[in-house]
Amino acid sequence: MTYEEIHKILKEKFGDSVGELVNNPPSDPYVEVSAEKLFDICLELRDNPELDFDYLMCLSGVDFPENLQVVYHLYSMNKKHKFVLKVTVPKDNPKVPSIERIWRSADWHEREAYDLFGIIFEGHHNLIRIFLPYDWEGHPLRKDYKEPETYHGMRVPY
Amino acid sequence: MTTTKFIDIDFSKIESDRMRLNVGPQHPSTHGVLRLEVELDGEVVTNVIPHIGYLHRCFEKIAENMNYQQVIPYVDRMDYISSMNNELPYVMAVEKLLGIKVPEKVEYIRVIMAELNRIANHQIAVATFGLDAGAFTPFLYLFRDREYILWIFEKASGGRLLFNYFWVGGLANDVYPTFKEDVLNIVKQVRKTNKEIEELLIYNKIFIDRTANIGVLPADVAINYGCSGPVLRGSGVKFDLRKDDPYSIYDRFDFDIPVGTGEVGTVGDCWDRNIVRMREMEQSCRIIEQAVAQMPDSGDVQAAIPKKIRPPKGEVYFRAENPKGELGFYIISDGKDKPYRVKGRAPSFVNLSVLPEISKGYLFADLIVILGSIDIVLGEVDR
Amino acid sequence: MGLLNRLDNPYETGGIILGTLEDILNWGRSKSDWYLHFGLACCAIEFMSMNASHFDFMRFGIIPRATPRQADFIMITGTVTLKMAERIKVLWEQMAEPKYCISVGSCANSGGPYWQYGYHVLKGVDRIIPVHVYVPGCPPRPEAMEEGMMKLQKMIDQQAIFRKRQRLAEEEKLFELQNKG
Repeated sequence: MTYEEIHKILKEKFGDSVGELVNNPPSDPYVEVSAEKLFDICLELRDNPELDFDYLMCLSGVDFPENLQVVYHLYSMNKKHKFVLKVTVPKDNPKVPSIERIWRSADWHEREAYDLFGIIFEGHHNLIRIFLPYDWEGHPLRKDYKEPETYHGMRVPY
Repeated sequence: MTTTKFIDIDFSKIESDRMRLNVGPQHPSTHGVLRLEVELDGEVVTNVIPHIGYLHRCFEKIAENMNYQQVIPYVDRMDYISSMNNELPYVMAVEKLLGIKVPEKVEYIRVIMAELNRIANHQIAVATFGLDAGAFTPFLYLFRDREYILWIFEKASGGRLLFNYFWVGGLANDVYPTFKEDVLNIVKQVRKTNKEIEELLIYNKIFIDRTANIGVLPADVAINYGCSGPVLRGSGVKFDLRKDDPYSIYDRFDFDIPVGTGEVGTVGDCWDRNIVRMREMEQSCRIIEQAVAQMPDSGDVQAAIPKKIRPPKGEVYFRAENPKGELGFYIISDGKDKPYRVKGRAPSFVNLSVLPEISKGYLFADLIVILGSIDIVLGEVDR
Repeated sequence: MGLLNRLDNPYETGGIILGTLEDILNWGRSKSDWYLHFGLACCAIEFMSMNASHFDFMRFGIIPRATPRQADFIMITGTVTLKMAERIKVLWEQMAEPKYCISVGSCANSGGPYWQYGYHVLKGVDRIIPVHVYVPGCPPRPEAMEEGMMKLQKMIDQQAIFRKRQRLAEEEKLFELQNKG
């Protein structure tokens, strides 16, 4: 299936929660969806036999100047088609529903996005830091992050 | 998940104290700096919690502060065993953003180098897996052969382990004159050693007893967890990005995708994951032979290298088949000479997350074997 | 190594070896060092190559140990992160005297390529434990690591072992000076 056909199915089912398909090569086409409906959209993408997205390739957080974004790259093993979802959340309340129950591979990816960006995934069973120590302060991949001067008495800058 | 347990005694009836054991972060058999918090009921593993991040080297932050070209050495250091394979998706992602078509000769050299490095990676994987199961001799044999492959890399790029050889649009330098003969000699040597390893290790009774029916990973669980590479193919799923989503010039070669068949045990056990790596070495040899035969002799490998790398605004997700699985790079460009965001989708990171699922109910000694069969590299897990 | 040369041809010199007790003890110590391998990153793979057939690290009389309590020296091979740093310190404190440390690779020496933006990388293992031999390279070739080992052996050969307290005090002073600088 092409991106347009998948988008059409989603648009019919979820209406305004699904944005327009943005396609400007060489970038992959993507669709912006609202955070509230994300879980249902993902469930539909996986369980609809026509779509059959059984494989979450990548989940990445992005820090834009105004807001934070989570990007989902999906793939179907049987149908061999791809799709890209994007969810934009404000910086002061970065809450996205967790899709860990749909694709288990999202478990660690969401913890990573929480660790490095501070995006809170609601409904995740164990949302704790994954790379950095538990007592680390701040989320390093935010553009305005300043690295600490010391950590446990060790000097951090060169 | 219903997995058949292959232990005769019904351990659930025996009441014993629960124990929490800490493996790592500095432990010879954790393949790096992984910490496993293991919950044991007697000797049976009831839960495993992997703690990672002991090698978090801030790759993504560094990549945002570097030029596109300067990121390549850091990409090398992600999965330091198969650096050539790491560079390939990164440079191809940037080339896709820029819209560059690289010369034929560059494509062939890239494929040969990537496949040679795949062999080197699998040699380490099989060797250390043998070590985990208690076999030391295959380690010496395989490392001897790996050294020959490293000599080729060293002659071509100057580095033994981390190369910085693939550049955006081309290569750092051309290969040396006797490159083709050297590569064909290596292929011969690899085949010879693989035969020895099959007799010495793979079909060894002790090795089969240690690895067959251990750590069974069903195919649907593997897909749901996002596993890829030999871990997924060991479960019998015929999925290889070189065939299913062809990139570079892989559609020109004739090769098979080996999958686990449960030859000595169940489909998706440790032995299957290991045999997939062994068979893949043979397929890599086939690709290399075809590539060497087709490779054009003349051509400037630096012809398409751009003076200044400044991709237009946009984003790209490019993935390639790393020896460990699907390695993807998600690059966002904002039109400047530095990437706005680089995310590496590391195969080991995703493959490791399946460990708690497949190690429950097996003995503690099996946990080490299961971990060895996943073949992780912590540099890539933590990035 | 003067002592060994005399052993080559003992009859010429009447089968008698002249030397101080310190020489003999140091000779024994330097030729049978057991190490704790602290493999962290890329350098650890080169270290594995060094243990394999082509380079054969064990010809230095070296045996790998998995526990710090039996080890004479520790090899830090790779990037030390802040999360890991405290563990290294604990391991170093668990080792019995006399103990030595070889820092292998740019990352362990000074942070390597991660010195500027690596917010989670310790810029040099010598900020937490004393280092006796630095091996440069990213990653160093196995030959370079062997050279580092030979340097350590040379150091042990020339060490005074009968003035232990005095020597330790001197070393501590030196370490403090280094840390200040």
